[in-house]
Amino acid sequence: MTEFFAMGGKAVYVWTAYALGAGIIAWNITVPLRRRRRILHRLRRLQARERQR
Amino acid sequence: MTVLQTLRNFYHRCASPRHFYHIAGRALPWLAVCAALLIAAGVFGGLVLAPTHYDQGEVYRIIYLHVPAASLSLMIYAFMATAAGIGLIWKIKMADIMAASAAPIGASMTLLALATGSLWGKPTWGTWWLWDARMTSELVLLFLYLGFIALQRAIEDRRTASHASAILALAGVVNVPIVKFSVDPELGFRTLHQGSTAMFDSQQMAPSMAVPLLLNIAGFVFFFLTVLLLRARNEVLERERRASWVRKLLEQTDD
Repeated sequence: MTEFFAMGGKAVYVWTAYALGAGIIAWNITVPLRRRRRILHRLRRLQARERQR
Repeated sequence: MTVLQTLRNFYHRCASPRHFYHIAGRALPWLAVCAALLIAAGVFGGLVLAPTHYDQGEVYRIIYLHVPAASLSLMIYAFMATAAGIGLIWKIKMADIMAASAAPIGASMTLLALATGSLWGKPTWGTWWLWDARMTSELVLLFLYLGFIALQRAIEDRRTASHASAILALAGVVNVPIVKFSVDPELGFRTLHQGSTAMFDSQQMAPSMAVPLLLNIAGFVFFFLTVLLLRARNEVLERERRASWVRKLLEQTDD
């Protein structure tokens, strides 16, 4: 196990690369999901305001 | 109905934002599951099962991210330029939406390809960066994506924005073959970057090394489709907010 994480002494390079990969994948998922929530929230509020008039 | 008619029907339905929104909503969970399974298998295979490289040791395992990211950076650009071109010529709204949604994903893949390449280059070549043909053209690709995104945001009117950015995307297509062939010594390119390896040729790459890489490339393609549809659905909601089907949808769903 320790040997696996050591990556033949190149742990810094290998794990930094994989951390970056995980970060970029997470960014690509969270950005559109959060934007969807914001859009739905905003459009619903607009619709409710229109109905009050 | 023949297969061709079914396909044509499907194509026309996807060109309508409303139908696209619903079809994409149904496809999304399946695409996401395929992406997650393929990438999980590819990463496990690449980090754990694949043997140590005889010359480069363990650092070579970075390729299981680097190669998929770099392939996607080119594939997404080709997709984006095609969609932008279709939007420009035939004025199809969905095509503009696809191009705009693909750009940030492509930019992030280009950035990942450059960063992982750098992290591999330092211990292998002894340098983070070199201004050679492959690396410079990949950096130009990143700037093309960023220029496309900046142009979209700078112009208020949606149609003018799509028009201007489509022209930039199409002009940038010349860079795609430059990136692709910039490691080919027969074409006169001199570079530190290793040449391309035939992954299906076991003489060049052992199956235990090649299979995880192929799984990850397929996984990244499914990942691209998943996040592309997420972004495109947002774009549809935003642009069609006054349409009656969006108003009805806002009352129905609660997520």
